[in-house]
Amino acid sequence: MTISIARPNDSPYYIGLDRVSEDPYHRLDNPNGIIQLGLFENRLCFDLIEKWLSENTKDSVMGRDDGDLSISGIAPYQPSDGLVEFKVAMADFMSQVMGRAVSFDPSQMVLTAGATPALEILCFCLADPGNAFLVPTPYYPGFDRDMKWRTGVELIPVHCRSTDNFIISITALDQAFNQTRKRGIKVRGILISNPSNPVGNLLPRETLYNLLDFAREKNIHIVSDEIFAGSMYGSEEFVSMAEILDMEDIDKNRIHIVYGLSKDLALPGFRVGVIYSFNESVLVAAKKLTRFSSISAPTQRLLISMVSDTRFIQEYIETNKKRIREMHDLFVEGLKQLGIKCAQSCAGLYCWADMSGLISSYSEKGELELWDKLLNIAKINVTPGSACHCIEPGWFRCCFTTLSQEDVVIVIERIRKVAETCKISS
Amino acid sequence: MAIEIEQPSVGLSKVAVSETHGEDSPYFAGWKAYDENPYDELTNPSGVIQMGLAENQVSFDLLEAFLETHSEASSWGKGASGFRENALFQDYHGLLSFRKAMASFMEQIRGGRAKFDPERVVLTAGATAANELLTFILADPGDALLVPTPYYPGFDRDLRWRTGVKIVPIHCDSSNNFQITPQALEAAYSEAEAMNIKVRGVLITNPSNPLGATIQRSVLEEIFDFVTRKNIHLVSDEIYSGSVFSSSEFISIAEILEARQNKNSERVHIVYSLSKDLGLPGFRVGTIYSYNDEVVTTARRMSSFTLISSQTQHLLASMLSNKEFTENYIKTNRERLRKRYNMIIEGLRSAGIECLKGNAGLFCWMNLSPLLEKPTREGELALWNSMLHEVKLNISPGSSCHCSEPGWFRVCFANMSEQTLEVALKRIHNFMEKRERDRNLKVI
Repeated sequence: MTISIARPNDSPYYIGLDRVSEDPYHRLDNPNGIIQLGLFENRLCFDLIEKWLSENTKDSVMGRDDGDLSISGIAPYQPSDGLVEFKVAMADFMSQVMGRAVSFDPSQMVLTAGATPALEILCFCLADPGNAFLVPTPYYPGFDRDMKWRTGVELIPVHCRSTDNFIISITALDQAFNQTRKRGIKVRGILISNPSNPVGNLLPRETLYNLLDFAREKNIHIVSDEIFAGSMYGSEEFVSMAEILDMEDIDKNRIHIVYGLSKDLALPGFRVGVIYSFNESVLVAAKKLTRFSSISAPTQRLLISMVSDTRFIQEYIETNKKRIREMHDLFVEGLKQLGIKCAQSCAGLYCWADMSGLISSYSEKGELELWDKLLNIAKINVTPGSACHCIEPGWFRCCFTTLSQEDVVIVIERIRKVAETCKISS
Repeated sequence: MAIEIEQPSVGLSKVAVSETHGEDSPYFAGWKAYDENPYDELTNPSGVIQMGLAENQVSFDLLEAFLETHSEASSWGKGASGFRENALFQDYHGLLSFRKAMASFMEQIRGGRAKFDPERVVLTAGATAANELLTFILADPGDALLVPTPYYPGFDRDLRWRTGVKIVPIHCDSSNNFQITPQALEAAYSEAEAMNIKVRGVLITNPSNPLGATIQRSVLEEIFDFVTRKNIHLVSDEIYSGSVFSSSEFISIAEILEARQNKNSERVHIVYSLSKDLGLPGFRVGTIYSYNDEVVTTARRMSSFTLISSQTQHLLASMLSNKEFTENYIKTNRERLRKRYNMIIEGLRSAGIECLKGNAGLFCWMNLSPLLEKPTREGELALWNSMLHEVKLNISPGSSCHCSEPGWFRVCFANMSEQTLEVALKRIHNFMEKRERDRNLKVI
């Protein structure tokens, strides 16, 4: 009796996560445990949310303040693609989080239990098994599982260079497209994350226009994962694909945006994702597929009021921005003291650090040896660039939003110790 | 003026454009008619009464009473850590407290006659997702699952659409109350073999939807022996296990396995959910309980695409681990469903309509074959149309459940108040009286 399954969990990304859960750092209870820098959770602003909950819901999980814990409203079958009120609230939230530069239409939205199924559903709608998406590297390791596992779709890396600050070049894209075609594989679209994970930079307006032109020329789709749009800490302005489309009279049928509340509002457990598409047929198919991944009704009800509270959200966004920037600056400065430079970034919950100076051989092997030292000796879990398909060895993604300021000091100190041993042996 | 060159529209996948979502069947068309003209006691008393939706609304008051008297269940607890840890919790293992509560609830439903290990409970956002997930794991595109007819129309979509897996029916008929026979199992298997299709498993629903009846012990034993002989899987969808009218009448596959000391159990997987028994389909809570370690591990990883909100897990963990509440709920829910069932059976009988003898579920399996103009699928659909547009009742035609005999209909009775059910029964009564009068006129 055989079971046909894939084995997607052998990447250092997942191994690191497992190791941390076996021996997690705790300031008092387990000071020698492994510090988690590989999971991009944002713990910086829970105090704000808790305050909102205590003022608006009497701390009730059900989210109601009026003493009416009536279940009958949310118990029955709801539309699988989300309550209309929640779509309206999310459309406005997305607009707010993106600086009101663009507005979103709730009727072009399909809600899913997290961004993970949002991406997978889009994949199922846009590509057949054996087709491919072009993805600029380095990219989020989870894409390999989320986009390929059950869909049978291929991800073709389009390598970006540190000399371009890892911004995609159309030349590289074109090359990758042609090479893939030569192999007899049909390219169905490009998947970008903007703000980017793991680098944390923004795609400039011009790049977005170039991508659109390219997609139009090859008649393929663009999926833009904008899940970190509300986690900006730099002074640059985020430009959504939606904003570009607003300004141009372009055929929009090929553009699809993914969003969610796991990063910007730090609520990954609640499972809230969004597919925003300009393609009617995709919306129709995606809507039907949401029955496999719907958001729990009590969660929708709780979040409708939170997410519609524009004053609270404004305060949250600004405070979040400030705290991420403080943590970012502290962390990046700490690394700088060790001679470790980071890529230019202005968004996300992490920095992209160049530790190539510490690796013994300029190769993936050298990088993984360093990763192993960092995990087992320094006892910090960072994500190695190779897990993100980065073409240049030595880059590491370090998430800093789960740390307190004291933790940052400890992390830098632990890295310093390992860095010294690396310098001695090299 | 330049001639515009038409840009070929950007292509979509076969999944996106296929009809396998099955949403063009009468099962779904009836819902549309209801949506356009829904019955309301006060504002729209002549509207369509929805009897095609298997939802349980008879026991909400019990859930509400619990929440009112147990505020700690619906709060995140004192101090900072409660909320934030819950909000951050996206571990696909699921909250241990919730898994324990689910395992214990499933044990209670089976009267303690089977044990469930929380480590084998995999959580999914609804049983719909659980069934699809299992299909992805147990079969490859082009393979088949054997499913007894009549079956839940949603299976055509849930088991086949994205997975590319086929359903080969195990034909059952009224000659023996639609029970599954060894001959029917063998025939289905041979049919698949003849088409060069690899059979990966049998999927049963117990209690059955749409029959509203439990599967007998001897039949379960036969099915288990069959799958063991063929070395294939057995998925038992026990989503209505808490809606059996009498606790002693439901035998779970888990009990069969325990009686055999779990020999050959690694081929068995149970699907459960809170959508029917607890009446909470909006919460999206389903589970896969597998006796196979590899399936548990893989299903758990795959559940990343369909996690249950941690807020919901937290809320339900307190509710379901309160033994006093669950015992009372299970018992009361059963009684109320039985009362409803008796009400509808009596009502139909006095209108001259017989149903299959049922003992579970939120619906009855009604026999209207004597009314058919022609004993064909078309005849059945014509009758269904009359029921929908003249009598203004949305009931599910047997053909949408792949029933081999025309004239059977599934009628739901738990998704409405008793008053509404009376109105529906009255309409049926009048309809049958009118038919009788019309027939007599013709005879004269």
